[in-house]
Amino acid sequence: MRRITTWILSTVSALVLLFSYHTSTSSGAAASVTAQADTDPGGTGSTGTGGSSGSGSAPSAPETGGSSGSGSSPSAPGTGGSNGSGSSSSSAARTFTGDAVTTRFGDVQVRITVKDGRITASKVTRVPWTDHRDQEINSRAVPILNAEAVDAQAADIDMVSGATYTSRGYAESLQSAIDRADL
Amino acid sequence: MGMPVSVHVRAVEPTRPDLVAGVARVFAHLRRVDAVLSTWRADSDLLRLQHGELADAHPWLAEVTELCLEAEERTDGLFAAWRRRDRGRLTFDPTGLVKGWAVSGAAAHLDVVPEVSYSIGAGGDVVVGAGPGPSAAAPEWRIGVEDPRRPSTLARVVTVRRGAVATSGAAARGAHVVDPRTGSGIMRAGSATVVGPDLLWADVWATAAWVDPVHARALMAAHDPQYALLTL
Repeated sequence: MRRITTWILSTVSALVLLFSYHTSTSSGAAASVTAQADTDPGGTGSTGTGGSSGSGSAPSAPETGGSSGSGSSPSAPGTGGSNGSGSSSSSAARTFTGDAVTTRFGDVQVRITVKDGRITASKVTRVPWTDHRDQEINSRAVPILNAEAVDAQAADIDMVSGATYTSRGYAESLQSAIDRADL
Repeated sequence: MGMPVSVHVRAVEPTRPDLVAGVARVFAHLRRVDAVLSTWRADSDLLRLQHGELADAHPWLAEVTELCLEAEERTDGLFAAWRRRDRGRLTFDPTGLVKGWAVSGAAAHLDVVPEVSYSIGAGGDVVVGAGPGPSAAAPEWRIGVEDPRRPSTLARVVTVRRGAVATSGAAARGAHVVDPRTGSGIMRAGSATVVGPDLLWADVWATAAWVDPVHARALMAAHDPQYALLTL
């Protein structure tokens, strides 16, 4: 069974810029996305520099948002890349929290833990539990998504075409976290 | 448009100034399209024109209008930007075409940056390309097509070096695609994905194929054989 929302690579080969009409002041022009890390209580992470770009969908015009991951290109000669994150000791685990994304059903927010350039844990930190039906949807979707975000690395996908609301909120938020991690 | 857009690039030095400038132009282009053609921003040229508040419209309006006419003809009316709403009021909604057209136009800003491969994801549509340089070096991008019945799972993977992938369906926004023949929204399970050279037409065909997959498939084979349809 193939399942994926995003693809994370250990070698950085991409420059990612995230744009949002909602937060026009922070869009576009940054040369690289640097990590904004929260130190995990159990880890020895360091605080990276700011410069995070805004993300999220404009709630009044619910266009479908794309979820995407950093790409890798093992064979093409023209690729390589720089790691844009701040001070990084590769053995420390760092935690990144994506922007909370407002979906039709409520806010979704994801936190990922990165160690040695791979996502080792992902946790949905905010779910739209506004009513009973939302709970039904999310109790099924969220645990699957949590597991998938970590297994995502095996799927080797660069971008995804098509998606649904709550998963999109998750995916966008995870994408936001991944983009910040600049993997 | 109001959607998050991601731009990914692969280059030996991704932070080099001409590449960063190219990406900035991608976003600037999309912002400009939104200002001119948004159907939900009251100050867009499109809406002001429809309300009779604008005398000189941006030339993009003419371009989009012509493309909508061509799209309606090519898809035998399965794609229709002009629709009669309640009380017979005729409205022009080019949104189904503008998204693909806008992202395709934005991607052109990266087509001129040498030695770079890029992928732009915008609201479920993906365009992949590369700037000038040895074309054999343009890497493949793996584009997953989501299973419309099972969110966050993939039904297929398409590999693209240069081209576009567009998906139309009800999974994200419900019955937002209207069947021009009946006037009502299409609400069924599944999706239609089109892979082809240009995102504008991939988007148009995906919409047409969502309306009528059988008819669209025949039309595509006859008029646009470079575009492949995947129905889920």
